[in-house]
Amino acid sequence: MARSDAGKLSLILLMTPFLMWIVLLIILPQIGIGYLSFQEKVGPRQYVFGVGNYVEFLSEPIYWNTLLRTAWMSILVTILALMIGFPVAYYIAKIARKRSRAALFLLCLIPLWVSDLVRAFGWIVLLRETGVISGALQSVGLIGGPVELLYNDITVVIGLVYTVVLFMIVPLVSTLEGMDNSLLEAGYNLGGTRFTVFRMIVVPYAMPGIVAGCIIVFMLTAGSYLTPILLGGKNSMWFTEQIYTQFITRYNWESGSTFGVLLLLFTSAVVWLGLRLTGQNLASTVAKE
Amino acid sequence: MFDLQGDSLTKRFGSFTAVRDVSFEVPSGSFFSILGPSGCGKTTLMRMIAGFEEPTSGDIRIKGTSVVGTPPNKRNVKMVFQHLALFPMMNIGENIAYGLKCRGENKVDIRRKVGEVLDRIGLPGVEEKQVSQLSGGQKQRIAIARCMVLEPDVLLLDEPLGALDLKLREHMKIELKQLQHQFDTTFLYITHDQSEALVMSDNVAVMKSGRFEQIGPPEQLYHAPQTAFVAGFVGDSNRFEGRLSARAGDEARVTLDAGGEMVARLGQEGLSDGAAVSVFVRPEAISAHATRGAAAADMVAVEGTVDSLLFNGANSRLLVKLDDGTQIESSHTTGAGAGARFAPGDRVTLTWAVADGLCFAAEGGA
Repeated sequence: MARSDAGKLSLILLMTPFLMWIVLLIILPQIGIGYLSFQEKVGPRQYVFGVGNYVEFLSEPIYWNTLLRTAWMSILVTILALMIGFPVAYYIAKIARKRSRAALFLLCLIPLWVSDLVRAFGWIVLLRETGVISGALQSVGLIGGPVELLYNDITVVIGLVYTVVLFMIVPLVSTLEGMDNSLLEAGYNLGGTRFTVFRMIVVPYAMPGIVAGCIIVFMLTAGSYLTPILLGGKNSMWFTEQIYTQFITRYNWESGSTFGVLLLLFTSAVVWLGLRLTGQNLASTVAKE
Repeated sequence: MFDLQGDSLTKRFGSFTAVRDVSFEVPSGSFFSILGPSGCGKTTLMRMIAGFEEPTSGDIRIKGTSVVGTPPNKRNVKMVFQHLALFPMMNIGENIAYGLKCRGENKVDIRRKVGEVLDRIGLPGVEEKQVSQLSGGQKQRIAIARCMVLEPDVLLLDEPLGALDLKLREHMKIELKQLQHQFDTTFLYITHDQSEALVMSDNVAVMKSGRFEQIGPPEQLYHAPQTAFVAGFVGDSNRFEGRLSARAGDEARVTLDAGGEMVARLGQEGLSDGAAVSVFVRPEAISAHATRGAAAADMVAVEGTVDSLLFNGANSRLLVKLDDGTQIESSHTTGAGAGARFAPGDRVTLTWAVADGLCFAAEGGA
């Protein structure tokens, strides 16, 4: 019996910090936010329960357009991160020699040493009117005057892809590393071309990693604040910026909470749809076999 | 007609020569095994036949046509991998259909062929099952079916029984042989397990350090080995080291390193007096007697003490320590009608016919 008591104790010790973290930092604030979002302001310090905030969101095209735009651009960033991350991950996991594998992986991690903010400023140094790229193009003579490369959608997308691509590479490397080379050889031996082997063996095998990477990258992008603001400026129209404005600038916590709830619901819906379309489910992605 | 021929195949990796001037011919519809210890180059040889490695020199011909330079997916040799390499993300039907799909066959044909091959291997109707739902032996058969559905000229098998437990391995040996008869296809089987090679093969090539030591039917390898390595590697043998002191016809007189003399049959030509030699005697050629009788002229007799009895059913052995310290294994019958019974510590005389002792140049010597 003592043995099972010890087991219980270690389980409790293990679960307590985790549960506290989940309850105090995730569930409670979400309940608070959810509660706030149903508070309609009818006068100074006077609130009634109702869906007015949500109605307001729908009636203002600028709000839901920003949300849709954020979602579309996040999907684009996710696709680009996958297209860039997959070859890199494949190289690290399958082509590189064992010894250089760790070094390459570390190289991917190095950008994380530097904070988001500093990295975004790095892009600004490169891309602003008086920046490195503009200057270089002028000195070569390709352009006549200084050119502003910041504050447009392409820059925002590039910056976001750069920030999140690592989170695509890590799960891909770990799934691809588990793939036995003999599967590829069997694929060729049975008559497959490079393309069929890639399409029918590599991609299906890496699917859990692809899905995990895409979910992480999409959620990170849709919830990101710093990169779109710094690189997109006033034109970025990122939904998190709207939430920030509601909370801080307009001091309208009710509306801000509504936006927060909507962002969570909307991104969750996109992830769910993505899982349905690719025929995956969350359980098989997180815990393989 | 030969389905598969190798002509002085050589493969070097840097300064290391994995396969050295190997030539062989595999007749159509036969079961050919390459037997050798791990690291002898047999896997490299198979990978060259499959097209995953290009030979440094030499030629490989499949049905008479050279395939050197042909990529693996264009060669009509299929391979059963050591760990089978069934695709885990596909079900059984899709696994078998993969090669047919690559070939661009239409759906109706694919479905029919998959059904047919599953019938032939005795697993009808498992198309919808997942790979993980099958037992080890069933996976084995699926891996073979996945290749056979493509009607290859040669099927390569890279130690496919290695991962199975003993009982299943014994069973699969027989089953593989039956499948080979049924499909009537040339099988090239790679193994380090001599009993697998002996039981299943029509011909066996014994490989050592990148070279073929001997090619022949299993009986020949067992009863008439041509080198000390083959004699020692194929089947169990007692080995006596010594020096050749005299020859008379095909009989050799050997002065043993441990002391004493032994007469044996010369197993290879060209041995000169004084050469370091090994004498091999199979345990089943030795019989044990409790009493010392007068040894016949064509018999060798040695005396020793029973060290232990190794019971293993029909393969039971008597472990005898000779007076000079050498250990000898002798066969030992234990049935009701068996002769003398022994206990550890008993004095015993071991005898065998001179012709059952084979004398070869010692390995690393001549």
